[in-house]
Amino acid sequence: MSRIQESVIIRTVVRIMVPFIQLFALYVIMHGASGPGGGFQGGVIFGAAIILYAMIYGIAEGKRKMSDALDKILASTGLTIFAATGLACIVCGGMFLQYNAVPLLPDPALVSKYLIDLVEIGIGITVLAVMISLFFDISPPESESEEVEE
Amino acid sequence: MKTLALFVVVITGAMLIYAGQDLPAFGDINSPSYQAPMTQYFIENSETESGVTNIVTALLASYRGYDTLGETAVIFTAGMAVMLLLRRRER
Repeated sequence: MSRIQESVIIRTVVRIMVPFIQLFALYVIMHGASGPGGGFQGGVIFGAAIILYAMIYGIAEGKRKMSDALDKILASTGLTIFAATGLACIVCGGMFLQYNAVPLLPDPALVSKYLIDLVEIGIGITVLAVMISLFFDISPPESESEEVEE
Repeated sequence: MKTLALFVVVITGAMLIYAGQDLPAFGDINSPSYQAPMTQYFIENSETESGVTNIVTALLASYRGYDTLGETAVIFTAGMAVMLLLRRRER
């Protein structure tokens, strides 16, 4: 364990900050329809929160929050949500990703707005899972990381 | 070698700055991107057609949704490739 990881101040600050970073990430994803933001940006912020946690508390502790199996499942779930939304539009008689063809609500523009939000959530899930899995896969194992960092 | 790299970086930067002088001014109504017919269409119709107030999101997720699906697939594929090649299997 390196000196930075032992610091009480950093450990406390990270523990307090991580929920707020995750909340901000959800805000960025959901705000994509009416302002700057979107799935890619929000997913990266969410992934960065978990990566920050894993950097300070150790890879093993980070993997307890976000296991390898969960990574794989989430990465494919996000893409599936996106593709399934597009296919649902075909099933309802529109073209691929023609959101306002889905007859969920009386106002087609409103359906389109909510489906765009759904698609952004799917993008966010894929991006956050890939970000976290890239970090975990590239980081050295715990025993070696001591030598690398000190 | 380092001198050559610095030389290349400086020359490239100078060329980019020189080319940047020709860009239209920020918010210039006469710039080609504002004069294109599609721009007018998106400004007038994107909110009623896609329901979102952010034109960038309307373009990204609705008009060019297929492109965005491809982008997400690229990220997914990259992540899966790294998992396959670099993930350590302890069992």
